[in-house]
Amino acid sequence: MKQINNPTSTSISGSTSSPIRELNPQFLESKENKQHLIDYLLGVADNYLILGQRLGELCGHGPNLEPDIAITNISLDLLGQVRSYYQYIAQIKGDKTTEDDIAFLRTEREYKNVLLVEQPNTDFAYIIVRQYFFDVYNRLFLNALQQSGDETLRALAFKGIKEASYHERFSGDWLKRLGDGTEESKVKTQEAVNNLWIFTEELFHKTEADQSMIEVGVAIDMTQFKELYYEKIKEQLTIAAIEIPEVEYFQKGGKQGIHSEHMGFLLSEMQYMQRTYPDSRW
Amino acid sequence: MIQNFNISSKLKEILESVMDPEIPVLNVVDLGVIRNVQVNGKEITIKLTPTYSGCPAMDVIGDDLERAFEKEGYSAHIQLIMSPPWTTDWITDRGRKALEDYGIAAPLDETADKDVLLNEKKLVKCTNCGSTNTKLVSQFGSTACKAMFQCEDCHEPFDYFKCLK
Ligand SMILES: [Zn+2]
Repeated sequence: MKQINNPTSTSISGSTSSPIRELNPQFLESKENKQHLIDYLLGVADNYLILGQRLGELCGHGPNLEPDIAITNISLDLLGQVRSYYQYIAQIKGDKTTEDDIAFLRTEREYKNVLLVEQPNTDFAYIIVRQYFFDVYNRLFLNALQQSGDETLRALAFKGIKEASYHERFSGDWLKRLGDGTEESKVKTQEAVNNLWIFTEELFHKTEADQSMIEVGVAIDMTQFKELYYEKIKEQLTIAAIEIPEVEYFQKGGKQGIHSEHMGFLLSEMQYMQRTYPDSRW
Repeated sequence: MIQNFNISSKLKEILESVMDPEIPVLNVVDLGVIRNVQVNGKEITIKLTPTYSGCPAMDVIGDDLERAFEKEGYSAHIQLIMSPPWTTDWITDRGRKALEDYGIAAPLDETADKDVLLNEKKLVKCTNCGSTNTKLVSQFGSTACKAMFQCEDCHEPFDYFKCLK
């Protein structure tokens, strides 16, 4: 495994005019800050890992060749991104922890992904709707993260947003095609939207670690683009001739490690090799 | 930002002997992933930037570089850098030609790329007959960096190297 180098701040291109608050180098000397930063990074990265795993399950099982290839390509992008975050966490921890330990050797309650990304691959409509709900968030998130006070996070955001925009293009196109497609695809897409909508608000729920990292300028406040997020997906759903659900309450818990019943099954498959043959390597 | 390294032609030759494992006609210098080379006697430090985050070729390229230098009596250290992010603009002209000769259409500029991938305009040249009467078959291809096209004149299917900026 190659080490990721911290980029120099001068080499960052494309930053916009709003001022970046550079992180105080003494910041990590506080144990509490360090833990909050690790928890914050896990909250970001675990979404990529778990969604990447869900999409990876579809390798060879796509409805036909093109979406099969696309979905596994997206999975690969997400797994590539998550490696950078886990390597960064391992570097911050400074002990013997490796990216593989972080990915494969935690218990369910230690994963901090949102409930949305762990929802099962019920059918193709679910897969696309789940993806679109996440992709729009991810693009807005990475766009904002380019203003992070942490230079590694800025670099990862610059790198990741190109891929995230391409993913959104794919899922957004399919959403239109399915919603405005056949009678059957429309019914299934509407059902997926109705059932997955309740998981969207958790994306904007702030944990203690989020709050603490927002205060020091490492994290960005995702509520600043919440309105934009709902505007964008409502607009796309309308184009797709899908009705916007009205719900009384939203589900959350994943960010605190309280997952749905699907998570255990996902982890048991994902962790099988490392649990059965500890420390096995390629 | 095509890099000119201030290194001996011998070292340059070693660098250029390492190919992208997925596109074996394109060497890593022409691919534009080598961002910096520092030489200290027999110790070579190479800064490498990934094309796509999850590109499995990057680990292989790192290992291949280490091996290529080791064979010539050097010791190479690879550092992955994320910033500035790689763009298809860093593929050299020689690299673009190698792609075309290999049957992969080289990336267009950003606007034209959007037009072919989103609006399905006919701008990508068939690598077999040169016709631009080509159609997008799939936005994703055999690797993260490619999309699939087909020529409507000679019917040849081919890959297009997507523009990444
Ligand atoms: Zn042709």
